[in-house]
Amino acid sequence: MPEARPVEHFPMSRGRCPFDPPPELDRKLRDEPVSRVRIWDGSEPWLFTRYEDVRALLTDPRVSADPDRAGYPSQTPGVKARRSRFKSFIGMDEPEHSAQRRLLTGDFMVKKIQAMRPRIQQIVDELLDEMLAGPKPADLVQAFALPVPSLVICELLGVPYDDRDFFHRCSKVLVSREATAEESLAAAEELQGYLGRLVKKKLDDPADDVFSRLATGPVATGAMTVEEAAAMGQLLLVAGHETTANMIALGTVALLENPDQLAAVRDGDDALLANAVEELLRYLTIVHSGRRRVALEDLEIGGQTVRKGEGLVAATDVANRDETQFPEPDKLDVTRKARHHVAFGYGVHQCLGQPLARVELQVVYRTLYRRIPTLRLAAPVEELKFKHDMVVYGVHELPVTW
Amino acid sequence: MKVVVDQSRCVGAGQCVLVAPEVFDQRDEDGIVVLLRENPPAELHAQAKEAAQLCPALAIEVDG
Repeated sequence: MPEARPVEHFPMSRGRCPFDPPPELDRKLRDEPVSRVRIWDGSEPWLFTRYEDVRALLTDPRVSADPDRAGYPSQTPGVKARRSRFKSFIGMDEPEHSAQRRLLTGDFMVKKIQAMRPRIQQIVDELLDEMLAGPKPADLVQAFALPVPSLVICELLGVPYDDRDFFHRCSKVLVSREATAEESLAAAEELQGYLGRLVKKKLDDPADDVFSRLATGPVATGAMTVEEAAAMGQLLLVAGHETTANMIALGTVALLENPDQLAAVRDGDDALLANAVEELLRYLTIVHSGRRRVALEDLEIGGQTVRKGEGLVAATDVANRDETQFPEPDKLDVTRKARHHVAFGYGVHQCLGQPLARVELQVVYRTLYRRIPTLRLAAPVEELKFKHDMVVYGVHELPVTW
Repeated sequence: MKVVVDQSRCVGAGQCVLVAPEVFDQRDEDGIVVLLRENPPAELHAQAKEAAQLCPALAIEVDG
């Protein structure tokens, strides 16, 4: 009989390379692709690491994304408390999920987002003008990586950018792995109150933005409450800047550490640039603590029988390093065919904002290295503070000079 | 090749429009998939297949 391995704690710590998933996950992918792991609340969900299994799990209609179902393996006590209190479509199943998501799909569709490209370019250029006029070294996170997606999502949603210090502070608590349920709930309540007041304001004084459309549409007709609209807004605001900001900063570290890849991004055509964005999404997979589900009935995924009520975790970060899908998976190669990665998740919950993230990252990566060809780290990479403590991976600060 | 889309499953992720813009579009009012060519010519087959593979909601089927 093979020796039973002890159940390991999940998520694991990363190893020496800041871009690679934890070595233990890599081992699981090779030797033990489906296994039980222990999470913060002591429960032991199944962890799936193979690319095909992750896709099968996330498209299976017999699994639920509802955090209130018994057995659902929440990411942190904070995420559990807040998703349960402020429900949005990320934690709903069909048909409620699609009904709510469809209120927004018009605003995030490819052609609408493509039409924002000139404005995104302008935002990027202005922020770079400011950074270049300021002192060296600069913190790329504060000067550029965080402001770009914050400004863009604020304009799209209709949130005043002047209030950014407030929602950045709330948002930081919401994505922290270390925040308690109380801290997380308090931050969510503050943000919820703020966004609720904003929705009410838009009811009386609408503009051309997502919050105004929600207010004058479903909220005005009674199809949605102010609280539901605010909860939806919370998801969009936090997800809309935390993820892209981390991709900008961490992607820059990865490219600076791989100068040949950076040169290819800087000098390549638009098709290469678009592909490079997909490869960086695959390679870095910043939403790195797994997509969570619970089984609604007994079922089999990847040869493993799962019982009703058991928690399921799809490890998208290591699935994106599955060599059956991506040869030499640990190599950053901006020319590889990478578009079928699962960094945005998969299944009906796949990221709503992905067209926006793509355009932002294309504009950013292209412009940043063309305008500042001498850009370099102002501290050794070993000294950077990586976000091991956050649900979304990245760097806390990124000192750069030129 | 025959392409079939199921609009009731679509979640508007937009992947099909990115890889096969000559075969798929998104409805202006809500971003839901619209099929432009039910029988795309041979030079678009690879793109249409990739769109079906990428669709997170499994709303696209290609035959042939």
